[in-house]
Amino acid sequence: MSTNIRKVSRFGSFHIAEARIRNMAKWSGIILFAAVVNPALYLVSIGIGVGSLVDANNGVNGVSYLTFLAPALLASAAIQGSSDEVIFPVMDGFKWNRTFFGMRSTPITARQISLGVFLAAMFRTVVSVVIYWIVLYFFGALESGTAWLAMPAALLAGAAMGAVMLALAAKIENENFFFTLVGRFVMIPMFLFSGTFYPLTQMPIFLQFFGWISPLWHATELGRYLTYDYPLSGLQLSIHICVLASMIVIGLFLSARIFHKRLEK
Amino acid sequence: MTEMLIQARGLTKTYGDFVAVDGIDFDVAKGESFGFLGPNGAGKSTTMRIIGATSVRTSGTLTILGKDPEVNGPQIRAHLGVVPQQDNLDNELTVSENIFIYGRYFGLSSSFINKKIPELLEFAQLEEKKDTKVEALSGGMKRRLTIARSLVSEPDILMLDEPTTGLDPQARHILWDRLFRLKEQGVTLLITTHYMDEAEQLCDRLIVMDRGKIMAEDSPAQLIKTYSTKEVLEVRFGSDRNQEMVEVLRPLADRIEVLPDRILLYATDGEQLLEQITAKGIHPNTSLVRRSSLEDVFLRLTGRSLVE
Ligand SMILES: Nc1ncnc2c1ncn2[C@@H]1O[C@H](COP(=O)(O)OP(=O)(O)O)[C@@H](O)[C@H]1O
Ligand SMILES: [Mg+2]
Repeated sequence: MSTNIRKVSRFGSFHIAEARIRNMAKWSGIILFAAVVNPALYLVSIGIGVGSLVDANNGVNGVSYLTFLAPALLASAAIQGSSDEVIFPVMDGFKWNRTFFGMRSTPITARQISLGVFLAAMFRTVVSVVIYWIVLYFFGALESGTAWLAMPAALLAGAAMGAVMLALAAKIENENFFFTLVGRFVMIPMFLFSGTFYPLTQMPIFLQFFGWISPLWHATELGRYLTYDYPLSGLQLSIHICVLASMIVIGLFLSARIFHKRLEK
Repeated sequence: MTEMLIQARGLTKTYGDFVAVDGIDFDVAKGESFGFLGPNGAGKSTTMRIIGATSVRTSGTLTILGKDPEVNGPQIRAHLGVVPQQDNLDNELTVSENIFIYGRYFGLSSSFINKKIPELLEFAQLEEKKDTKVEALSGGMKRRLTIARSLVSEPDILMLDEPTTGLDPQARHILWDRLFRLKEQGVTLLITTHYMDEAEQLCDRLIVMDRGKIMAEDSPAQLIKTYSTKEVLEVRFGSDRNQEMVEVLRPLADRIEVLPDRILLYATDGEQLLEQITAKGIHPNTSLVRRSSLEDVFLRLTGRSLVE
């Protein structure tokens, strides 16, 4: 018998990720195009346009506006990429094409399916972040020698948001409700209120709350700390890392449970 | 003694207060082609999901290939080929890719799968479509691909949930022919259907299910012998006269069933019965003599038709 159950129990989630990546490859043109054009548009309109105004007033935190903005843009691109790459496959897998039910009728387990979708989304996120970083680099947004460290910070944000979205997309079975909820009440507010365009502390305290629960803010703070001498205490640093890590762990744990329940029917 | 691949005793599944599968017992032997015949909602798919180790039974015992699906789900699924009622192919991928990724889920090596693909494509008559996206396939082709895909792991048991529902007659016949080949090769088949002709063609033995319960179990021929007469005379008098004719006809036949549009008269010799009727001066608008089928068995057992 050539069926290899031990191999599946160890590497099942990679086989799921492999299938997901083959699927993504069909869209690679669009994915790559968006990965280049999105940052370019942001950098031209906000980075350079707004930046020239801000820099005329001595920049932010003593660095150019582009340098200040870059880690936030990178993290938000990671979040966008990982969210897209879990949300649509989850809708497709449970509902549109029911592919998860096909996977589930093999030795693969529900937990491996959820983890596989997450891994594939991370693959796409790495690609997007690297491309984004290169574009930022060519726009001169990344000056310091440690500028590349903005990438791991952004990936952490992508992983945190991807894990949470994975659980949420699997939990909410009505996709219209889900897209309204996520689009209007999660993604846009997060982008606007995470200290993306100006330091979070510029905002009234009750709006700062959005930042505290936002992976984008935590990752942006980390990214700024890593790319220029933006001051963070050891405590602040560990809080940012812990929040993001907990989102990953809790998101993946809940996803596995929700997947199991939905696939058991 | 023949080897039993599946043994179910008192198998039950409830959803809340609703009993979908109600304490059923059955055995499936190696190499057998075993059917579940019943109308929509009988509990066929639920039973298949439990056997497929993807749904957990509420009570009863179940052994598949000597193992309990509740304990050894992945180990059991490694030996099953599953064709679900609703196709769940990846529409974005091509025909070959679909088989390939599915093989990977069984831990098969790329080289093994790539060797297997041409053989499966030939079996499914999809060689020309191998690089076509699934999206572009017809319903019958998708069904054949789902079957081909389920065979990539060389399963011990192939489970088909309503394999031809929704297909046109030609596509159904192509599919039956493919399934017949598998049967000849000695593959153990588990088939659910609400088509009596499909059950008659493909199953060595079957259980008739209704509302979660088993109504009867035997070979198609034996079921017909036990629960019906050899022949059936179907007569129509027009919807307003059917009812009044029933009382006149009742003494003449072994058994009588009244459907909305026609009356079924059960007899060993249908032609002879028709002669008797006409001799009495009764002239139906139309009449037809045919052999008894599983549809008649179901009608006898439940008082209802298989396909409403
Ligand atoms: N997940 C579920 N939740 C609640 N009820 C269900 C579920 N699955 C099936 N049922 C009910 O169980 C009964 C049997 O369904 P099913 O096994 O699909 O029948 P069949 O395949 O014979 O048409 C139906 O009445 C159906 O509505
Ligand atoms: Mg069904």
